[in-house]
Amino acid sequence: MSDGDSAGAAVVAVVEAVAARIEAERSHLTELDSAIGDADHGGNMARGWAAAADAARDLDDPDAQTVCKTVGKTLMSEVGGASGPLFGGSLVFASAELDDGLTPESAVAFAETYLEKVQDRGDATVGDQTVVDALTPAVHTFKKSIETDDLPPLEALAKAVDAAERGVAFTVPIRAKKGRASYLGWRSVGHQDPGATSVLYILEEVLAVAAEQMDAAVPDVDATSPTIPDDADSEDEA
Amino acid sequence: MVGLVVVSHSARAAEGIVEVAAEMAGDTRLEPVGGDGQGGIGTVPDAIGDAIDAADDGDGVVVLVDLGSAVMNADVAVELSDAEAVIADAPVLEGAVNAAVAATDPSATLDSVREQAEAARGMEKL
Repeated sequence: MSDGDSAGAAVVAVVEAVAARIEAERSHLTELDSAIGDADHGGNMARGWAAAADAARDLDDPDAQTVCKTVGKTLMSEVGGASGPLFGGSLVFASAELDDGLTPESAVAFAETYLEKVQDRGDATVGDQTVVDALTPAVHTFKKSIETDDLPPLEALAKAVDAAERGVAFTVPIRAKKGRASYLGWRSVGHQDPGATSVLYILEEVLAVAAEQMDAAVPDVDATSPTIPDDADSEDEA
Repeated sequence: MVGLVVVSHSARAAEGIVEVAAEMAGDTRLEPVGGDGQGGIGTVPDAIGDAIDAADDGDGVVVLVDLGSAVMNADVAVELSDAEAVIADAPVLEGAVNAAVAATDPSATLDSVREQAEAARGMEKL
């Protein structure tokens, strides 16, 4: 496949930005994972994304789908932990939604399929203190912003990033029910989930690169709906 | 003959479990696989896929797994494999021993071996 387009090049730029960000946050992610897990998240993710960026760069004029598939497969073989099948396997699976290229609609379908695969593979649901807690609000907010509120993609993405940030914060005061942290039982309460944190970093880079590619500023929005009056904001987070 | 794959985060643990199960395994193909491929702790789907292929003689493979990512990576490997492979929801060592014994039964099937592996869930020790 070599029907490359600007979307393919943009996705390669995203992968490079994610690899750099994860490398920069490597010790922070490992620190989060040492508190409640096996202290391998930062190293595993950094190794996997560095290899993924190399593989993406080596592609000859690829389309968005080819980049996603290649990155997914590389993450699966290089990460060596649960993040391989969760982040990488789901990427390979969801890339099927990009058959007809990258559009706001196909991006929503991609995001939904990705979330479903992560939930299914990890057998996790919202409230288990996992990646799902960041991914679910991000995907739901993105879908609603595109499909219901008809917002421009960049604004929808910015809202999704804010939603993910709230999701990461939500992992702190709850008890882990899946993943290595669940072995700690109640001792997992009070700790931020490293996987959910990585989801946020990845989405932040997607947003930053998207803004850069469109030569636009990152929109200053939050995840709350424009149809909700300001004074109801505080009740909107339940 | 149904083959067996033992997946652990530790390559040495997988080898050790296979060593224990092999005592009762007769001619059963037993393949240990584990580690992150760089000498560390972890599991990799490609390596698990290779182990499944090595254990398969056409009658299928029962896969025993340890924790979290081993389950997920085995799941990916099973999905991608051409062999008929199933993951047993069983404790990895006890399940492997049970499965090894079950596989030596001349009438053994993929289902019967998996069921025997999963019977280890209720094994009492005291």
